Amino acid sequence: MKHVKTLNKANLKESAVMGGCGECQTSCQSACKTSCTVANQKCENAHE
Amino acid sequence: MIHKYKLFDMNIVLDIYSGAVHVVDDCMYDMLDYLLEPFTAERECPSFIVDEMSKKYSVDDIKESYNEICELVKNGQLFTDDCYEEFAKNWNKKSVVKALCLHIAHDCNLRCKYCFAGTGEYHGKRGMMSAETGKQAIDFVIANSGNRKNIEIDFFGGEPLMNFDVVKEITKYAEEQGEKHGKVFRFTITTNGILLDEDKKKFINEHMSNIVLSLDGRKEVNDFMRPKVNGSGTYDDILPKFLDIAESRNQTNYYVRGTFTAYNKDFANDVLHFADLGFKQTSVEPVVAPETEDYALTADDIPEVFEQYEKLAEEYIKRWKSGNWFNFFHFMIDLDQGPCAIKRLSGCGAGHEYLAVAANGDLYPCHQFVGNKDFLMGSVKDGNFDKKISKYFEDSNIYTKDKCRNCFAKFYCSGGCSANAYNFNGDINKPYELACEFEKKRVECAIAIEAAKKLG
Repeated sequence: MKHVKTLNKANLKESAVMGGCGECQTSCQSACKTSCTVANQKCENAHE
Repeated sequence: MIHKYKLFDMNIVLDIYSGAVHVVDDCMYDMLDYLLEPFTAERECPSFIVDEMSKKYSVDDIKESYNEICELVKNGQLFTDDCYEEFAKNWNKKSVVKALCLHIAHDCNLRCKYCFAGTGEYHGKRGMMSAETGKQAIDFVIANSGNRKNIEIDFFGGEPLMNFDVVKEITKYAEEQGEKHGKVFRFTITTNGILLDEDKKKFINEHMSNIVLSLDGRKEVNDFMRPKVNGSGTYDDILPKFLDIAESRNQTNYYVRGTFTAYNKDFANDVLHFADLGFKQTSVEPVVAPETEDYALTADDIPEVFEQYEKLAEEYIKRWKSGNWFNFFHFMIDLDQGPCAIKRLSGCGAGHEYLAVAANGDLYPCHQFVGNKDFLMGSVKDGNFDKKISKYFEDSNIYTKDKCRNCFAKFYCSGGCSANAYNFNGDINKPYELACEFEKKRVECAIAIEAAKKLG
């Protein structure tokens, strides 16, 4: 496309169907402790 | 729902419910102002749009942009429907406890002015967790973690190195019990570094998957807010130890983590100070404090804080391009393989998946609630915990928070920190607005950084 570059797979809906295994890290354990920062967590199954 | 903004000469468009991120030209960017949701594609661009936009763009560009927008919609990448609300309403999470924050020491050898734990004692008595209590906490999490394999333990305080023999004993016990019960324990320790020595470093590096090193940045900034008990500064004592342990962990699996306050609103300089010192994993976060405190950040500070995030993001991109990379926790974002929508709906897990254990074994929804008797959930000593409080937290998600409804950042922050919401607004479902503003800016910067990386 000429007017737009899409940067990612837009797979959020798909992840809702496949997701929810709960094995991912609890976000507050990594560094924050005072703010909720979820989108920077990794999916435990992302590379499987 | 879409969100569009301009940053670093890019026009960025987020499609909230699909997670798509687009960089568009000016013509498409302006056209999106004319299109309302729910969007219905027409055979060709509506004439009123062509008439209006042809004052600035060619008719060919306008028509092409419109067709490309229709294509994105068809592909589920723009104006996507919200398919999560119904799911969230009928959600039976069946949460298990998967992470504990162990308050190894309700005492501290520093007197940081902004500490939410008082000065380590959490507004109660100073005290150390016993090895017995720690082991009971490990038994508790194993018993309440269901089929979950990975379990996280954060050794927190106060200052956990003041009670390090107990940390070692709990760690070894958890490893043994983990093997017996098919669980993998991952340990984190958060420390101010004063008591860090070779033995402790060796143990931490052998057993802990993450270490959080508390330091606020430049010497004068750090020493003003983080003095020792006698009032003297800590920077000179701590820095060599932190540099050493960061190197010994190959510059991964740690964070040097600071707090910025009204006294260092130019905090981008503190992050860059870390980077200049050679730290590769950094985090500097806004202080959370009532406006009555002299160091608190307020709504008046928003423009300056935003400017600092942008300044930091710009430098971040520059350093990444020049091969002089460092990581800033709040700019980390993976546009393709981040957490699933379920995780994004539900947030940090405080109160149901993540609990804090006070030094005496009392259970609370998270470290920030420790000492608040209204949120006392039970004790690891008898293994029971209040399921009503747990359910209150479990039921909270971005759809139970009215303020999140029209917010573009809701799938990035998951509705924010429950403790902040409660402390400022008396309800875990009423997010703390100042944190929301900062979070939105960070998300915009983080996405712009990824866009700049991908587009070279």
